[in-house]
Amino acid sequence: MVPMISTFVLAIVLGIVAVFLFWIVYLYNRMVTLRNRINNAWSQIDVQIRRRYDLIPNLVETVKGYAAHEKQVFQKVTEARASMAAATTVAEQAQAQNQITQALKSLFAVAEAYPQLKANENFMMLQEELSGTESKIAYARQFYNDTVMAFNTLIQSFPARMLAPAFGFTERDYFPMDEAAREPVKVQF
Amino acid sequence: MYNQISSNVWRSRGLIAFFLALIIGLGYLFAQVTDYPEVLPIAVVFAILSSIGSYYYSDRIVLAMSRARPATRDEHAHLVNSVEGLALAAGIPAPRIYVIDDSAPNAFATGRDPERAVICVTTGLMDKLNRVELEGVIGHEMAHIRDYDIRLVTLAAVLAGTVVLISDWLLRSMWWGQGVSRRRRAQGSVVVLPVVLAAAILAPLVATLIQLAISRSREYLADAQGAMLTRFPDGLADALEKIAADTEPLEVANKATAHMYIANPLKDIGGPLNALFSTHPPVEERVRRLRTM
Repeated sequence: MVPMISTFVLAIVLGIVAVFLFWIVYLYNRMVTLRNRINNAWSQIDVQIRRRYDLIPNLVETVKGYAAHEKQVFQKVTEARASMAAATTVAEQAQAQNQITQALKSLFAVAEAYPQLKANENFMMLQEELSGTESKIAYARQFYNDTVMAFNTLIQSFPARMLAPAFGFTERDYFPMDEAAREPVKVQF
Repeated sequence: MYNQISSNVWRSRGLIAFFLALIIGLGYLFAQVTDYPEVLPIAVVFAILSSIGSYYYSDRIVLAMSRARPATRDEHAHLVNSVEGLALAAGIPAPRIYVIDDSAPNAFATGRDPERAVICVTTGLMDKLNRVELEGVIGHEMAHIRDYDIRLVTLAAVLAGTVVLISDWLLRSMWWGQGVSRRRRAQGSVVVLPVVLAAAILAPLVATLIQLAISRSREYLADAQGAMLTRFPDGLADALEKIAADTEPLEVANKATAHMYIANPLKDIGGPLNALFSTHPPVEERVRRLRTM
């Protein structure tokens, strides 16, 4: 009698241990997946930022063809691009990106005063492309933040909360927002 | 927004489970009543295999049927940018984009997984909707793709087809064998004739209702998930109202493809039973849910 009971009990215990192990494996894999997704999302933002950076010279040349004397606004754009190239920390990068956004807004605002420029096909194409790229930057940041939320939620909940530090998973930060960008946009003509 | 998403996900899981239970129940009845229950697995496998073929080529078939042409960056810059942007928000590769030349506003998505997905819009949609509304529609379609809805709805169709197949066989074998086979009765099968008859007749109806319920549930889910992508539910709500108000039927759509479009393109709706037998939920309810998110 006794050997039979302990075999049964052994089977149950092994079953529970197996389920437990599978659960740990599942949680670990989930944390890995989400972490990699966050890293990918971050690089997607970089791709769009790079695209915007590359589109700007063409835009500046097109506008100069019609409004060469608007030197102030061209200066702003050039400075913003330079600050992006010079940025080293994440905070500096975020600031540079906001600078570029503001400079582009001013540039397009200036272009409003030149109907011939607005009708230029190249300009219209660039306008659409830059507008599309700005949207894509926003969407990429949104996806990054969504993924960070999912990851942080996972490693803050039980039982992953106990596993995460053991495997080196720590909370990630949401996309940094420059305080200057929170203020209303000033458009100067 | 989040609540609507989770309730719809659970609903569609429940419906699939119910489906499987229905099939297993019918299979049991079949085995109890006939002399040759072994044929059943073969028939089911056959049904699944024939569905897989149409599923694998679904995107090519549908595009050909709809006479769609690929969208280009030159002609449709805004559409291309919107699709690429929302694909980034959804975290999936950008689907291929096609355009149908028709003034009726509508859109659909197809493709069995996000890597092989296609989004198609009509020129009417691009003309009649503003930017925010268009993005709302594209967000809805992107959500369908990301959540593997095409795959799920195909699965539901295969399950429904299997139920119809089994019920048909059940009825036939009872007809030809004059009710429950003698061998089975001799073996002591307790299944009663009227019960089996009722099951065999009602099952296809129930299966169709479940399939349509799954389709409607995923439409609500895609609305909610799409609003999550754009973070602006009113865009899609406005778009749905505009599309519903447009009474022109879409020429290239027919009963086989109608279920995939964002709004029923056949416009022949009417009657109180419509709610149960429709692939899409009523527009008023969809708009209401979006506006109260």
